[in-house]
Amino acid sequence: MSAAAGRPAAPGDTPLLELRDIGKDFGSVIALDGISTSVRAGQVTCVLGDNGAGKSTLIKVLSGVHRPTRGQLFLDGAPVDFDAPREALDAGIATVYQDLAMIPLMSIWRNFFLGSEPTTGWGPFRRFDRATAKDVTRRELAAMGIDIRDPDQPVGTLSGGERQSVAIARAVHFGARVLILDEPTSALGVKQAAVVLRYIAQARDQGLGVVFITHNPHHAHPVGDRFLLLNRGRSMGDFAKAEVTREQLTDMMAGGDELSRLAEELGRPGAP
Amino acid sequence: MANWLDVASILGIMAVAVALLMIGGHFDLSAGVMTGTTALTVGIVAVELQQNIWVAIAAALVLALGVGAFNGWLVTRTGLPSFIITLGTFLMLQGLNLGLTKAFTGTVQVRGLADAPGYHSAELVLASTVEVFGQPFRIAVLWWLLVTALAAWVLLRTRFGNWVFATGGDEVASRNVGVPARRTTIVLFMTTATAAWLVGSITAVRLTSVQANTGTGQELIYIVAAVIGGCLLTGGYGSAVGAALGALIFGMTQQGIVYLNWDADWFYFFLGAMLLLAVLTNRLVRRYAEAAPR
Ligand SMILES: Nc1ncnc2c1ncn2[C@@H]1O[C@H](COP(=O)(O)OP(=O)(O)O)[C@@H](O)[C@H]1O
Ligand SMILES: [Mg+2]
Repeated sequence: MSAAAGRPAAPGDTPLLELRDIGKDFGSVIALDGISTSVRAGQVTCVLGDNGAGKSTLIKVLSGVHRPTRGQLFLDGAPVDFDAPREALDAGIATVYQDLAMIPLMSIWRNFFLGSEPTTGWGPFRRFDRATAKDVTRRELAAMGIDIRDPDQPVGTLSGGERQSVAIARAVHFGARVLILDEPTSALGVKQAAVVLRYIAQARDQGLGVVFITHNPHHAHPVGDRFLLLNRGRSMGDFAKAEVTREQLTDMMAGGDELSRLAEELGRPGAP
Repeated sequence: MANWLDVASILGIMAVAVALLMIGGHFDLSAGVMTGTTALTVGIVAVELQQNIWVAIAAALVLALGVGAFNGWLVTRTGLPSFIITLGTFLMLQGLNLGLTKAFTGTVQVRGLADAPGYHSAELVLASTVEVFGQPFRIAVLWWLLVTALAAWVLLRTRFGNWVFATGGDEVASRNVGVPARRTTIVLFMTTATAAWLVGSITAVRLTSVQANTGTGQELIYIVAAVIGGCLLTGGYGSAVGAALGALIFGMTQQGIVYLNWDADWFYFFLGAMLLLAVLTNRLVRRYAEAAPR
């Protein structure tokens, strides 16, 4: 599919992140094969697929948890290999995992800075700058319109939507250029999902490239600029927004004919 | 009072270190026998190899750090439960303690530390008695307070402390956000080993003779004290001050039963009851934090 479609992009600009023919095997299981797409600044690339399609595996390749068995990643047009999540983070690729990578028993501010704690003091007296951490957490959450009563409360006491929001705010704060979200809306009710979609749009408007993983085309279509469809580890297409309607997405997701066959099967016997 | 404080201090130094490890999500069953291994090392190097006692203490530290690093490395490398790995090192050290002591001395104890060069300075630092308000206190109490303060500071005020909570709370999640979980775990095992070295050195210098079975069986008591002090068995939650208080409660109970002239057997009954009570209370803490609205 043409790279020029979607949001207007400067001529000749290279995508932030590009995947070419990515494949990943786990032993004899082929979890991914021949996956190509791109992520651009200020755009949302949606990855759609049913359970077990390989969505989580794909983002683990992007975020340095797994090394691809085949294919190549390109960052700003140059080939890259990530050997550890830290390397992807340092390259500006932040991932909000399905299980959120937050520690329920730890406070919001401790979670917010986990792995990137600010410090003060020298030598053996170097310590976690708690005042700054609490302050920044409160400020960053407020800036995204997230109203947290008390940054000292354990993350486990937050609702699913609130946790997603904290995780997104964290990624934005740490200067992510690419933000990867693994099914951020799947466990949420309609209202909370809408809140999270709004944060996704906000991150996009701040110029981040967003990878939004979901199995819900109704969540993907309104915010997406590009849609990669996965089925059992293979690509069913990589479309720009102009090339596909929500109905087509829904059809392809449900496996079109599969759904009509199901409708037939479930229909009342004797009915016309 | 000085007496139960003394019991609490030796136990407390270990309980605090074990609490850090438990918060980090692991157990160290070799912690008890390690106090024996280090005490015996101090004795054998100072008496049998006729070295200055400070050299012996330094040798014991190197050994302790080695065993701690080995425990941590094996646990992080294999992903096996630390319970099993350290059960292995526990049994190996127990065998070594007996075997080497017999090989060096022909008996099951090392004696004669008081005659080793440097003994008096070592006694001053590790085993002297100071008077506070007319009450004699073993200097071990001071070490206990120091270890507790240091552990509390590290846990709550440093990034390493943040990593300890995170590694114990959810190791995969913390690694995904860039926490060096493996290094954190190894350092924690080295910390319990270092605490065991401190206790072993104090014991050796104080008693001037060391039995080959020193410390065996204490490892569970450290865990009990840490749990009474609020550590979750599942990791990710607890405090250093809590563990120190757990050790204090333990010392008071033990001495209280002696004062009351009760049979010492009752002690274990109370210990078990306190442990159950603590575990049930700790569970409520976890519920509070995790069973909140999603
Ligand atoms: N670590 C792993 N080892 C072996 N197989 C795996 C592993 N991770 C994922 N898979 C397999 O890869 C396939 C895709 O899984 P996943 O990426 O989690 O799908 P999705 O997130 O789309 O539901 C599944 O068949 C799964 O069993
Ligand atoms: Mg998934």
